[in-house]
Amino acid sequence: MTAVLFQQVSRHFGAVRAVDSVDLAIAEGEFFAMLGPSGSGKTTCLRLMAGFEQPTSGHIEIFGETAEGVPPYRRNVNTVFQDYALFPHLSILENVAYGLMVKGVGKAERLKAAEEALAMVKLPGYGARRPGQLSGGQRQRVALARALVNRPRVLLLDEPLGALDLKLREQMQEELKSLQKSLGITFVFVTHDQGEALSMADRIAVFSDGRIQQLGTPEEVYKRPKTRFVADFVGSSNVLPPDFVRTLGFGDSYASLRPEAITLGDGPGRKNFAGRVVATSFLGAANRVTVEAAGARVAAMTPASTAPPALGETVTLSFLPQDLHPMDGAR
Amino acid sequence: MRSDRNTSAPLGLKIAAGLGLAFLHLPILLIFLYAFTTEEKSYQFPPPGYTLKWFAVTWNRPDVWEAMGLSVRVASISTAVALVLGTLCAAAVSRTKFFGRETISLLVILPIALPGIITGIALRSAFSFAEIPFSFWTIVLGHATFCVVVVYNNAVARFRRVSGSLIEASMDLGADSFQTFRYVILPNIGTALLAGGMLAFALSFDEVIVTTFTAGQQSTLPIWMLEELVRPRQRPVTNVVAMVVVLVTFLPILGAYYLTRDGDQVAGAGK
Repeated sequence: MTAVLFQQVSRHFGAVRAVDSVDLAIAEGEFFAMLGPSGSGKTTCLRLMAGFEQPTSGHIEIFGETAEGVPPYRRNVNTVFQDYALFPHLSILENVAYGLMVKGVGKAERLKAAEEALAMVKLPGYGARRPGQLSGGQRQRVALARALVNRPRVLLLDEPLGALDLKLREQMQEELKSLQKSLGITFVFVTHDQGEALSMADRIAVFSDGRIQQLGTPEEVYKRPKTRFVADFVGSSNVLPPDFVRTLGFGDSYASLRPEAITLGDGPGRKNFAGRVVATSFLGAANRVTVEAAGARVAAMTPASTAPPALGETVTLSFLPQDLHPMDGAR
Repeated sequence: MRSDRNTSAPLGLKIAAGLGLAFLHLPILLIFLYAFTTEEKSYQFPPPGYTLKWFAVTWNRPDVWEAMGLSVRVASISTAVALVLGTLCAAAVSRTKFFGRETISLLVILPIALPGIITGIALRSAFSFAEIPFSFWTIVLGHATFCVVVVYNNAVARFRRVSGSLIEASMDLGADSFQTFRYVILPNIGTALLAGGMLAFALSFDEVIVTTFTAGQQSTLPIWMLEELVRPRQRPVTNVVAMVVVLVTFLPILGAYYLTRDGDQVAGAGK
């Protein structure tokens, strides 16, 4: 079943097209990431799902029900806010029980449910404290418990890991992932960190300028970026200009070619080109060799076991034709 | 400059500061002193004798009770009006962006910056222009003009610190607008409103100038005191009433001070 459906959804603020004709369908139980730089429209899309924004045009459905005009408090959707938005005047337990309290669940029952939710996010016994007494990572978990205690059908996460330090972030990534698997709730996750999106999501929508540039599995988005923007933003792919692509015997468009797919020297069934080495760097497991060929800069990964070519040397590089992916040329 | 705090001020400056404070506060003590004097016609120093009888006399004067009752009612209702309007206005100015927002903010604050006599004359001519007879309600209206400002100023500062995502979080968790106000906004701005309300009450309770222009035949307590001063008999009654006014207005102001001070700490802890 489709959890969230956008049909030609636009949200304009005056002349600014924050979200522009977006179509997407998120499946039930999916871990869906919306990836993009700031101002790309991903957060506005999340707010449209939560009900904090209404679309200027288009149609939104949440589990088959029309969502336009439905206020946030009548949607079976909960949000984990970027700044956590814990209520400073309430204890942690009261924070977590808030959603049940306003729905009229009895005190004993809601406090018990809140305790269980706190245990689920590994904060048992923290209920009596105030938000100000917790660390950033702990507040993040409380925000998660406060949303999940309502048993939402869709959980929206707005840059939930953005404020955490690297180690905590990696740990939370794994926990979020396993929590999502065990609860079976649809997670929609906004991030500007491509690594986070690639490692956690089942599918990724890459946003730019209010539009979805590409929607696919992490592997598709990483290996076969559809546009130059996606290639630049998501991975470290080489973006080859049309002139260069034509000399290699392909069509007249931009194309992506990942550095791992390029080797030094030629071989059977491979396409080759010559380039002058302009930079080399040692990355541990591999060397990164950057060459200049027909006006384009192309990076290749070569095994660390072989010595990299000298700077200024002209070398032959080759790749398998199926590793070169033509892209939409516009950007 | 932290080091400045450790160096002691010169003796002359200390004496000057002491004299300044004495000049400010000794007259108030004199008022208290003359509440106990046995001489009722003039203020001679030192008082010829001390007595508590003026408290009894004051207690039995119906005009004192009448004026006191009027002042309490005016102050209560002006404060109530100010709490509602001031909070709504503060919410609008701090929560939303609209054309003319800064202007409205300035216009709301203006009555407290204007001399009371301007507000008074303006209201009086407006009332007579609209042929509204002077009554209890014209006094309330006059007082509400500056009471709103006090509540607004307190509320707007606190509203700015209640982050917008708290309200969104509440709605997201299933609370409608009323529940959000009841469970999230009110607890966060409550102490600011109480403080604003107390200040407003105190301001209204001892207001003279605007009241002079907007009252008809009725006398609020400060007006009654002004009239009483020119009468040569039972003068200490005025002093007894003055003591009560000082207590009634000073306690709320003190309370407001403590409330907003604590409130700052509570609101800051959540950041």
